[in-house]
Order: sequence, then C-alpha cells, then structure tokens
Amino acid sequence: MSDTKISSARERVLGNIRQSLKRSGPLGDSIQESLRARSDAHRAAVKPHYSEDPVDRFIIKLHAVSGVVTRVSSADEISAVVEDHVTRWKLAFDLVVAPDPALDDIVWSNRFKVERRAAIGSDQTSVTGAFAGVGETGSLVLLSSPRSPTTLNFLPEDHLIVLARSSIVAHLEDVWARLRAQDDPSVPRTVNFITGPSKTGDVEQIIHEGAHGPRRLHVILRDDR
Amino acid sequence: MESQAHNFKQRADVALHDMELQKALGMLKGGLASKRSVAVAAMPEFDAVRDAGRDIKEHTLAHLDYYLEEFERNCVAAGGQVHWASSVEDAREIIVKLCADAAAKRVTKGKSMVGEEIGVNEALEAAGVDVLETDLGEYIIQLAGEPPSHIIAPAIHKTKEQVTELFYKHHAKHGKTDRVTEVGDIVNEAREVLREGFLSADVGITGANFLVAESGSSVIVTNEGNGDLTNTLPRVHIVTAGIEKVVPTFEDVSTILRLLGRSATGQEMSSYTTFSTGPRRADDLDGPHEFHVLLLDNGRSEMLGNEFHDMLRCIRCSACMNHCPVYGTVGGHAYGWVYPGPMGSVLTPVMLGIEKTNSLPNACTLNGRCQEVCPMQIPLPSMLRHLREREYTQRLTPAIARAGLAVWAFVAQRPKLYGLATRLAVKALSLLGGKKGRLRWLAFAGAWTDARDLPAPAGETFQQAYRKRMQAKSKGLGG
Repeated sequence: MSDTKISSARERVLGNIRQSLKRSGPLGDSIQESLRARSDAHRAAVKPHYSEDPVDRFIIKLHAVSGVVTRVSSADEISAVVEDHVTRWKLAFDLVVAPDPALDDIVWSNRFKVERRAAIGSDQTSVTGAFAGVGETGSLVLLSSPRSPTTLNFLPEDHLIVLARSSIVAHLEDVWARLRAQDDPSVPRTVNFITGPSKTGDVEQIIHEGAHGPRRLHVILRDDR
Repeated sequence: MESQAHNFKQRADVALHDMELQKALGMLKGGLASKRSVAVAAMPEFDAVRDAGRDIKEHTLAHLDYYLEEFERNCVAAGGQVHWASSVEDAREIIVKLCADAAAKRVTKGKSMVGEEIGVNEALEAAGVDVLETDLGEYIIQLAGEPPSHIIAPAIHKTKEQVTELFYKHHAKHGKTDRVTEVGDIVNEAREVLREGFLSADVGITGANFLVAESGSSVIVTNEGNGDLTNTLPRVHIVTAGIEKVVPTFEDVSTILRLLGRSATGQEMSSYTTFSTGPRRADDLDGPHEFHVLLLDNGRSEMLGNEFHDMLRCIRCSACMNHCPVYGTVGGHAYGWVYPGPMGSVLTPVMLGIEKTNSLPNACTLNGRCQEVCPMQIPLPSMLRHLREREYTQRLTPAIARAGLAVWAFVAQRPKLYGLATRLAVKALSLLGGKKGRLRWLAFAGAWTDARDLPAPAGETFQQAYRKRMQAKSKGLGG
C-alpha cells in the first residue's frame, strides 16, 4: 500500500467518525483537557466487595480454578516444595528458573539441575516470581522483563510461582496503581494476569486442563523477609 | 468470508434435520448459559458494574476519534506501528504486505472474529503463506474446512466423535495413527501437533478484546494459552481490532473484564488476560521484535449515532446467542456469515446491507432474552425491529407478506370488522382443533404445521375474555 493510501485510510476513518459525531474537526482544547483529566484520575468504577482478608481470598479463588497454593515462611523451604511437586507429578528434576534477583536466595537441592533463562519448547518445569497477586480473582500478575521472560509462563507444562504475601492486592485496579508507583512506571511489553492453569472447553464444552499452556499452576506463597 | 446469509431459510432447514448438529446444540443450554447465571448471581454488584461498563463504552464512543488518536500516539511511543483500514480489502492488503515484509512462511493465529470478518486466512493462503489456527476450536474447524459457528466456541457444533474422525484423518502425517476418543487425549494430541507450529511461526496474528488508549496496549482474554504463544514466540505480532475496541484506561478495562468472563463462560477471570504494549524491550530475552495494530472500520464509523449505534458497545461475549432460542435450534452456520445469533442478525445486515440478509432480522421471536443478558444492555430486539422496518420501506418484504400485512392493516383499523373477523376465526379454529385442541394441518399454514402442531384457540378472542373478566370483577367475583 502506498503512503498516500495509508494516510488516506486514516483520514477517511477519522473523518467518518467525526461526521457521524456531527463534528467538523478534532475536539476543542478544553474538552481534550477534560478527557485527559478523566484518564489521569484513573478512577475505578465499582469494585466488588468482599469481607475476607485479600490473602485468604486469593487462596480461595485460586483453589476454585484448580491452582495450588503452598505457604512457606522462608526461602529455605522453597526447594523442598518444588521437590514435592516434581516427585508427585513424576517430572524430571530439570528446572528453568527466571533470572529474577528475588529468587537468588533460594538454595536448590542438589537433585535439581537449574538453568536461569527464558523457556524453550522442550522445558517441562519453570519457576518464576510475580509482580502481584489479586485477592478479588486469585490472579497472578507477571510483568515481562529480562528477569521475567514471558515464555516461562506459557511453554512449560508446570509453572511454579513464588509470590510474596505483601504483593497481594485487593482488586484488579490496585495492580495498576502499584505499577504506576514503581521507580519505572512505564508499561512493560507484556502484563500477564494468570488465573489458574491453561484450559479449554472447545470439545463438547467439557473443561480440560492443560491446553497449550501449563497443565499445573502452583503458587508458593512466601512470608516477607 | 463469502456471505451465505441470503440462504438463511434453506440453511436453517438443513440444520434442523442434522442430527449430529442437534446433539451438539442440545448441550448449549446446560453449558454456557447456566454457568453465566451462577457467576452473575455470585456478584451482587453485577448490575452496577453493567451500568458502569455501558457508561465507559458510551463515553469512549462519544469521543472515539480522540481516543483512537491517543491509542495511536501511545502505541507508537512504545515502539509499535498502527495501520488504519477503512474496508476489509484495505485490511487484507496491509496484512499480506506485513507478512511479505517479514518473509513469513508460516503464520500462527489466535482466535479473532475481526480476522474472520477480514478473511485473513484466505488472503494469506492466496499469497502462499501457511496459516495455522491455534485455538483448539478454530483448529478443529480449520481441519474441517468450516467457518466458526459461535464467537467464543467456534466448534460448538461439532461432537466429540466428529473431532475424533477429523484428527484421525489429518494427524497421520504427524505420526498419530490411532483414533483418540477421550476429550483429554484429543486435547493432548492437539497440543503436541500444534507445538511445532508455535515454535516455527514467523508471524503471530491475534485479535483484541480491548485496546487501551492511555498506553497503546492491546488486550486478549483467553483460556488455552495459545494466544500468548502466538503473541510471544514469532518475530512479528500483528493485532487485528475493530475501532470500537478502544477504551481510555486500564481501570476501564478492569471494569469491563468483570462483565466479560461472567457473561461469556461464567468465569470471574479467564485463565489468561494479557496486555501487550509495543515490541520486546532492549534487554528482554523473548517477545516479538515488531508489534503492529490494524484498526478496522468496515462500516463501524457509520453506525455511530444512527439507530445501530448501541451495537458498537458489544464486547463479543456471546451471551445473546447462548440464550437465543433460534440460535439454539439452528446453530451458527445457518446465519451464513461471521457473526451468528442476535448480535449477528443485527451486525450482518448493517455491515453487508439488508438486501441480501433480510431473513436474519426476521429469524427472531422478539422474546427479549438477548437484551436481558447483554452485559452492555444493547437493545437487540429494537434494532431487529428497525431492520424489519428498513426491509419493509426498501420493499424487500415478499409480495405475499406485504399483501397479508395490507389486509391485516385494513381490518385492524376497523374495530367492528376486526372483532367480527377474529371471533369467526377463533371459533372456526377451535372447532377444527377438536378435543385435543391442536391442529395437525391447516390450509396456507404448512410452514408452521409441517414441523409442529398448531395449538387451537380456546374458543373466544382476547377481547371477549377480557370483557367477561372485567364484568366479573365489577360484580366482585373476580380476583
């Protein structure tokens, strides 16, 4: 497509919209100002109320979608939890662990072969950190970065996520507030809300877990240091 | 895809006699619709969120040019590229060119109704590109050479046995020579076969449930994880989205997400809700090197402010078709184009013209269930009535129906004549119905009685019964 054709499609679409909205050109400055103010306020509309503590609610909700939660009081216990998981599901002792400094203090049992990198197609088990958990829905939030490559969240069959208790927020909107409050408030390439293992209902509406992403999602909920 | 919407009547007739289809459709009622009602009941704030969701969409539509330009600015600032397409022809040209520029041999696709609207697969295949659908339902119908019959469960018309046979026929070349008959084994075999496709694709194409103006992000809501492998692994990620998909902020998306999953599958949150913003960053270890968003108009801008404006709020949840008695009886393929059910009966005539699609707005009982369950409160029945009016004023209604309506109008405007005519008709039908109160056959009503009995009236007209009741009431006997 030539450049003029491209720019004309853009002008045609915007022109049609303005004609339908009974305007001849872009919005006036004062209205644009008020729209910017609306966006900058980042107001939530209606947050569903719940009475439980967000951490308790997070666990209930994640269980409801077949996620597993194990609570640990320190990093020393994490290797054993992963070992139990691998043994229970008869998996290899090969782990791909996200190159996340928050996972550096885990001392891995020498039964494990650990690699810190992004995932490849043959990886079976990954361990990552998480940016947040959401009490409302039992969701995990993972942000892409060199320390948290997105492929680790989707290629392996088993995904274990180490989540700090203090990272659990009450509602979806609180995730965005936390993201904006970071030192670097820019939005990463990928923000994943993960709520349970991969599943499909495409054959006769029968839900089967483990479609194209992880078959099992295991959250290791860690008390804060 | 080529529209077959003008053949609705014949296609519906075929569907009614297709026993495999009727078996698959029989599972619809107990499935998505009942899951929805459980999930909606579990959130007391549902109606308040619904109002908020409608307001967000209306606010955005009222300033659509502004929010699209904001989206474009922020998407470009994040390193993405935005392509505008006013027609599906524009869109095809852009996608074929992007894939050619990427020297793409293989393209993986996530499920996208706008992709179906554009006809992405046909365009790319004509250009010699290998296209692989990765959503399990889409993959099944790609093997079957069929279009989707439902907007979120594209293979809902297929039984397990049919999927078994499709896999048996097509998977031998992947070394799978046994028939897989259990759902778990079917899903596992698809996972194994598609994995190679994910890892070797040059371009991944997904749709978008939302576009976020404040960040230039696109959002997909999925359960399988195929959409995420599609938008993460290939070197180029292309998003196809209708211009009405934009909302201002992440908070606005959060509000509508509370409606989408519940209305669609009865899920509070789908397994994966993914926000993609630009290509991979400098130090990232994975993610695409290019991020393109194609904004498709295709008649949407003309709907702004006209009698079909409300349709632009649609979030493609499928609640309307899951609750539609007509859809539940004939299935999605009868509708003949991309969008089936109530939302499709509005969108198809609006996008393709009423001339060749005029059966669709008439294939509706106006029972109102679709509007009741619509999370965006779209008045689908009134829009279908508008389309019937359009059909009538454009003189597309068949002559016999027009003549019938003219006779009815003549009689209905003369109360005495109307009373006499209805009294006679009701009496006659009641006599014909006999003790059973049903007619197995009636002259000129074969279209009805061929498929089912006509219940005979009880012997008096509504006006007679009403008069009697009021008289009884005034004597203090009624209740």
